[in-house]
Amino acid sequence: MKAAAFDYTRAESLDDVLDLLRREGDEARVIAGGQSLVAMMAMRLARPTHLIDINHVDALAGVAPAGHHVIIKACTRQTAAMASDSVRRDAPLLAAALPHVGHIQTRNRGTIGGSLAHGDPTAEILLTAIALGARVTLASTAGARELDITDFSIGAMETSIREDECLAEVHFPKPPAGLSVGAAVDEISPRAGDYAVIGAAAEIGLTEDGTCKHIRLGVSGAAPVPVLCAPTMEALMGTRLADSDIDEAAHLITPLLSPESDVQASAAYRLRVAPGMLARATKAARDRAKTHQERGAGSGAT
Amino acid sequence: MTHSISVTVNGATRQAEVEPRQTLVDFLREQLGLTGTHVGCEHGVCGACSVLLDGEPIRSCLMFAVQTDGHEITTVEGLREEDGALGILQDSFWETHALQCGYCTPGMLIAGQDLLTRNPNPSDEEIREAIAGNLCRCTGYLQIVDAIRLAGARMRQAPEALGTEAGDV
Repeated sequence: MKAAAFDYTRAESLDDVLDLLRREGDEARVIAGGQSLVAMMAMRLARPTHLIDINHVDALAGVAPAGHHVIIKACTRQTAAMASDSVRRDAPLLAAALPHVGHIQTRNRGTIGGSLAHGDPTAEILLTAIALGARVTLASTAGARELDITDFSIGAMETSIREDECLAEVHFPKPPAGLSVGAAVDEISPRAGDYAVIGAAAEIGLTEDGTCKHIRLGVSGAAPVPVLCAPTMEALMGTRLADSDIDEAAHLITPLLSPESDVQASAAYRLRVAPGMLARATKAARDRAKTHQERGAGSGAT
Repeated sequence: MTHSISVTVNGATRQAEVEPRQTLVDFLREQLGLTGTHVGCEHGVCGACSVLLDGEPIRSCLMFAVQTDGHEITTVEGLREEDGALGILQDSFWETHALQCGYCTPGMLIAGQDLLTRNPNPSDEEIREAIAGNLCRCTGYLQIVDAIRLAGARMRQAPEALGTEAGDV
């Protein structure tokens, strides 16, 4: 299976990218790491007539803390984000998610923004973005616009990005200061790095007496896009996060789920397993927060 | 329309004209005659086409050759010793019978070489994770794990061996 013919431009600047997108319209596609797009082109599920390569646009790569957020430029490699001190310190949930993303061969090329723009419903970066309430910046010659991740990722493999736009930045909220923070991502997958059947993400912040004052939870693989587990978050906020409380609160997400059956698992299985995975990730994040508290450290994902 | 590229492959700079739709693996095999890298699934699942791009393992079916202009590639051919003898990892695959049909072998060697460059003393679990992106349809995984473990032990005895081409880039 070979890709259909296309024209290729290696863009040197963001202006290059945006000018080309404006001129070429929906026939052009941006290629970042290409770890999903090239496979789709090989299978002829995607047939762009023009590829705009953003891998050499310096303005689209890098990690920088800014106020209450960590800003990750769209074309930042997944391995580069994993190696970033800023991600480890200020985006502990993303740090916990990244080792689950694909394999080392795909993380070396794959990017943070590329994964979000592809919109796979089981992708861990999207799960993290939804759990944390991340925002994205879309650039175009008409100007930039900023969207909540839930307004950007609107369905399985579906985003609200316009044909003249390029995803430029992702803003991940930092955990609040002054709490002991723990984060965990857990999933069921046939092998390390395979597509997850069900994934769960949890970031938790505890006060000195062990009360939960910060909690962000998400589940993937059980709906067209990952689900923010708001009812469970509300139920557990202000508690001491006892195992029994977590187990009970995790079941509050069931009405939010609408899984489908596929070759990996049935809808019934996903529905049954999702609350358990959420509880498992929540307990792991709580335990890490407690470990950091005992060590007197602030946050961490390992 | 073709594009001119200049890419360093196993230490030698190569100039070529490529069509944008030609993948890196097809370029290596068809234009450069480096048939050690195998084409498996052609959509990023099997890992047989793994090569090192600027020293990091990638899948050469998920990158177009035109994108490699100015970069360095190491293929399985680049893992041998300067005199043409098998490298330590390759010899360890031989020693432990870590290949049957040989189709996955170049990808397994690239994945194993990358792991041992980063971590000369990996646990079996770390070895398994490092080759999780590479499928062996003969299902000979146990001997592959044995081979990488053996190569690690041999390299720790002869640390200068890590300065092979793949280790240097």
